Amino acid sequence: MINYHNVLTTCPYCGTGCALHLQVLDDQLVGVLPAKEHVIAQGGLCIKGWNAHAFVNHKDRLKTPLIKKNGIFMEATWDEALDLIASRLAAIKAESGPDSVAVLSSAKCTNEENYLLQKFTRAVIGTNNVDHCARL
Amino acid sequence: MTDRLTELREEIYKILPEVDGVIALKKGPSAIVAPYLFVKEAADDLQKLAVWPKEPVPDTLKIIQRAHPEARLAIVVRGCEERGLVEMSKHSQVDLDKVTLIGLACTAEEADICRCTKPAPTHAKIVIGERVEGTVDRLTDDFTAKSLEEKLAFWKQEYSHCIKCYGCRNICPQCFCNVCTLEDEKWVETGRLPLPQPSMYHLIRSMHMTAKCVACRECEETCPAGIPLSIQFRLIARDVKQMYGYETGENLDQQPPQLLVLEEGEYERTGLPH
Repeated sequence: MINYHNVLTTCPYCGTGCALHLQVLDDQLVGVLPAKEHVIAQGGLCIKGWNAHAFVNHKDRLKTPLIKKNGIFMEATWDEALDLIASRLAAIKAESGPDSVAVLSSAKCTNEENYLLQKFTRAVIGTNNVDHCARL
Repeated sequence: MTDRLTELREEIYKILPEVDGVIALKKGPSAIVAPYLFVKEAADDLQKLAVWPKEPVPDTLKIIQRAHPEARLAIVVRGCEERGLVEMSKHSQVDLDKVTLIGLACTAEEADICRCTKPAPTHAKIVIGERVEGTVDRLTDDFTAKSLEEKLAFWKQEYSHCIKCYGCRNICPQCFCNVCTLEDEKWVETGRLPLPQPSMYHLIRSMHMTAKCVACRECEETCPAGIPLSIQFRLIARDVKQMYGYETGENLDQQPPQLLVLEEGEYERTGLPH
């Protein structure tokens, strides 16, 4: 049985919130189509939205965290990566104070994730150095 | 009188057992419409059948046929979409021998939105809905009445709004080259905005659409800058007709001029009409 359908979703590239359709043929992502009746996108997309499907199955996509050892990025588990981040951030904060750390968030995250990150920055790290990639 | 949507749904129900699928439009979340392949195994999906807004369904057929060249498919087509398929078939992008066309006549209101002069299919054996007369394309007529200087100023102004999203190329069912000139740095510099004037992006695209564009207006509809692109394509189609007697998208047997080896005397050059 042939299966072709479109999945309505939100473009992951910025905070504007354009809707787009991901074209799916036999469970494979094959392309993007604009959503004509969507209130924000109104059937248009920018060049990033038009290519929003490209990274999903890209050969260069990172699937695990990488930790640099002896100048070379090595694959690592999430536990290893998070342990390293936590210990380094704690050490830097202890050595140089909380304002020596800055956090940059992303428009690709949800509102809730962004809230969480600023809360982490202010309450856990203890700095107001938090900004966002959409300040272009 | 049964309405067009109900009539179309009944027609698809009828044809569904005989084919591997029927390409038409379906309402999704928030009633937003997208192309869909209806199959007999999930015939209930037809409750969500839609007819408007129109979508680039000729491209959907191409995508499915590339993966399933042997499939027996049917597709619901408006006048412009049928003309698009005629051109795509001539350029070996779709195989119409394995496709049943279900025609859908546009309403007067739809024809008006598209400024469409030919709002009904002519090849499909079945046509749902009442055929209406085409409308006058006032936007193109107004443009034609301008002087050469005004025309130049018009396009410079319009192209200056372009954000180079490549949407007009991406959505166009007639744009199918594997290697696209518009991605060649020699012609279109990456990251350069506003476009240099004259815009090679738009000029190259107009030339490449010659005897291919069937005025479906998908490019115009997806343009975030609202550039009235179909004006240029409709005038090119007019010129192709006047210069070569070739009516884009009409006749399955007529070879498009760019596919022929031009022999002396085969075409009489009548000169540019403007």
